[in-house]
Amino acid sequence: MDDLDAPTIAEVLRVTDSFAEVGRRANPKVPALRGRTVATLFFEDSTRTRMSFETAAKRMSADVLSFSAGSSSVKKGESLRDTIETIQAIGMDAVIIRHSSSGVPARVAEWVDHCAVVNAGDGWHQHPTQALLDLYTVRQSLGGGQDGTDRFRGLRVTIVGDIRHSRVARSQIAAYAALGAEVTLVAPATLLPPSLEGWPIAGVSHDLDAVLASTDVISLLRLQAERGSGAYVPTMREYSAGYALTARRALQLPPEAIILHPGPMVRGVEIASEVAELPSARITDQVGNGVAVRMAVLFLLLGQGNLESEAV
Amino acid sequence: MSTTPELLVRGGTVVDATGERRADVRVVDGRVVEVAEGLEAPSGATVLDAGGCIVAPGLVDLHTHLREPGREEAETIETGTRAAALGGFTAVVAMPNTDPPLDSAESVRNVFALAEGAMAQVAVAGAITVGRAGERLAPMAELAALGVRLFTDDGDGVQSAGLMRRALQYATGLGVTLGQHCEDRSLAAGGTMHEGAWSSRLGLPGMPSEAEEVMVARDIALARATGGRVHFLHLSTAGSLDLVRRARADGVPVTAEVAPHHFTLTDGCAAGYDPVFKVNPPLRPQDDVDAVKAALADGTADAIATDHAPHAPELKDLPFDQAPPGMLGLQTAFALATTELDLPLARILALLSWQPAAIAGLGPDHGGTQGGPVAPGSVANLCVVDPAATWTVDPTALASRSRNTPYAGRTLTGRVRHTVLAGEPVVLDAEAQR
Repeated sequence: MDDLDAPTIAEVLRVTDSFAEVGRRANPKVPALRGRTVATLFFEDSTRTRMSFETAAKRMSADVLSFSAGSSSVKKGESLRDTIETIQAIGMDAVIIRHSSSGVPARVAEWVDHCAVVNAGDGWHQHPTQALLDLYTVRQSLGGGQDGTDRFRGLRVTIVGDIRHSRVARSQIAAYAALGAEVTLVAPATLLPPSLEGWPIAGVSHDLDAVLASTDVISLLRLQAERGSGAYVPTMREYSAGYALTARRALQLPPEAIILHPGPMVRGVEIASEVAELPSARITDQVGNGVAVRMAVLFLLLGQGNLESEAV
Repeated sequence: MSTTPELLVRGGTVVDATGERRADVRVVDGRVVEVAEGLEAPSGATVLDAGGCIVAPGLVDLHTHLREPGREEAETIETGTRAAALGGFTAVVAMPNTDPPLDSAESVRNVFALAEGAMAQVAVAGAITVGRAGERLAPMAELAALGVRLFTDDGDGVQSAGLMRRALQYATGLGVTLGQHCEDRSLAAGGTMHEGAWSSRLGLPGMPSEAEEVMVARDIALARATGGRVHFLHLSTAGSLDLVRRARADGVPVTAEVAPHHFTLTDGCAAGYDPVFKVNPPLRPQDDVDAVKAALADGTADAIATDHAPHAPELKDLPFDQAPPGMLGLQTAFALATTELDLPLARILALLSWQPAAIAGLGPDHGGTQGGPVAPGSVANLCVVDPAATWTVDPTALASRSRNTPYAGRTLTGRVRHTVLAGEPVVLDAEAQR
């Protein structure tokens, strides 16, 4: 995500518009990628992202092969490199990779020759399509012209929660900053990365209440208990008391503020149930937009687009 | 060695702990018999051209993972000592994290037996604790009786301060040194690289500098209290080296080594997630690299040790966080020192030869044959190095069974030309002779 500049992001969002339109049709299918083969390689479970990518590829008439670590030769001890080379030999135009280890898509992009690599989330590192769909959702809410990315300049974005272990946060920060938004991180110090040197952010706060009134977009991150972050805060209750977006806190947001959550939500921990149902919460829109954004990314990589065929 | 023919090393400049002089070196029956200018080669003698070169005591590596027994697919004593000889080393200290570990007289005897006929002397570092598990002391006296002078659980630090204190007390009675791999597990566990700006950006779990420094500080206190000698392995942070600097000023019996990769590479090398740059302790930021160089210049660091750690290629093709740490070092150590350090060659040779020989108990002061002056009567363990020759590192051309050098493609200045092991020219013109 660090490598995507503002014009490239604007292009992705523009192309997403056309595919969002496709999604609203009675028969939401176009021949854009007919004859192309796309593999999803999910070495880490993810129902949502996988379904979203596979739906995106199928709506563009691509052939989709689905590979998951649990049912594959990986279980038999095959190395990652051998797996990738096998898949490339079968003949893929793109591989969409999710891995629990940071950096795997970047390594795979070095190993393959004639195959686009799409990062569907790697470790704590990046989840670019999630950030792109967040931008698309915000742009949709803000309105604006054909491009709409100018509306991000000076937009006050607050990202709350487990930033340390979050690939979503790393991609969001890069994406918002590329478009000129001012990003503030809110978390207990233990859930921030060890160093923020060189991060394109406007500030850091440990006091959510203090930043709500000056927030245009608030993005809540899941407390990633399975990554051991439980130990980074004493109790979930204490975390929620300080950092959950409760109904009371939601009222302190400006009326036009947008509430985002990459999902899956843990209601009651980082977001109150009633807040998730507010009209300003665009969580369901995010999911729907995810398919259109991923169609755009695949189209730009495999169609006649000009995005670099590197890990996005 | 009695069968090796007479040898004349001609035309070089001899550099050892006693100084520097233009001299030829004549070797008979494995021993130096004459060191003087203008020696004639007797008929039948092998002549080693040392024109433009430095003739020095063979290099001594305090920190080599030979992998045999247990991980012969990564390295064997044969391939590891061939790499050592090509790197100018005539002795290596084999680390005990083999399978089985070197924590018993039987396993140490086995390594000595396997090392017979090797291309470098193989000394052994014994484990401090049984199985390197950090729970109870290994039979250190039995190992010391076999000649083991250095003990370490390398790969792991001894986590328990109480056990380390007891080990140091016990060591004082044996006259041996304890080497510590300083890494506090409660701070470093799960870490894959230096914790800092790069790890944060790359989303990789980090090991903070403090993980090393708290154990250095702890062991300095324990050395001070017990009088036991601690040798700090591969120190990598400015803070660790400052602690050692102060401890030595106070007369605490500690020594320290640093590894070539810690004065040549930074944590930013991990940006491409290539595990060839994964090592333990991890590559650090530039400030630490500068501190390591400063410690070599001011004498805080006593030795350059390679931490030669071969790993089979398939293991280095794993994702960064799953790949094992370690990099090759034997064939590049000398050239990296001459290329990257702004030190006189005699200082570099001290750091690579006679100072580590003394720490390992392999020098003449301990009845050994390594690192001693190039003088009549001494065993001819020599290296002949050309400080001006340049060469480019080609992983496929290295003698190791593994390929995990982080210096592929790098051009270095300074090359080992010949290596003589007890009078036998095991490397001639940068070619291994067996």
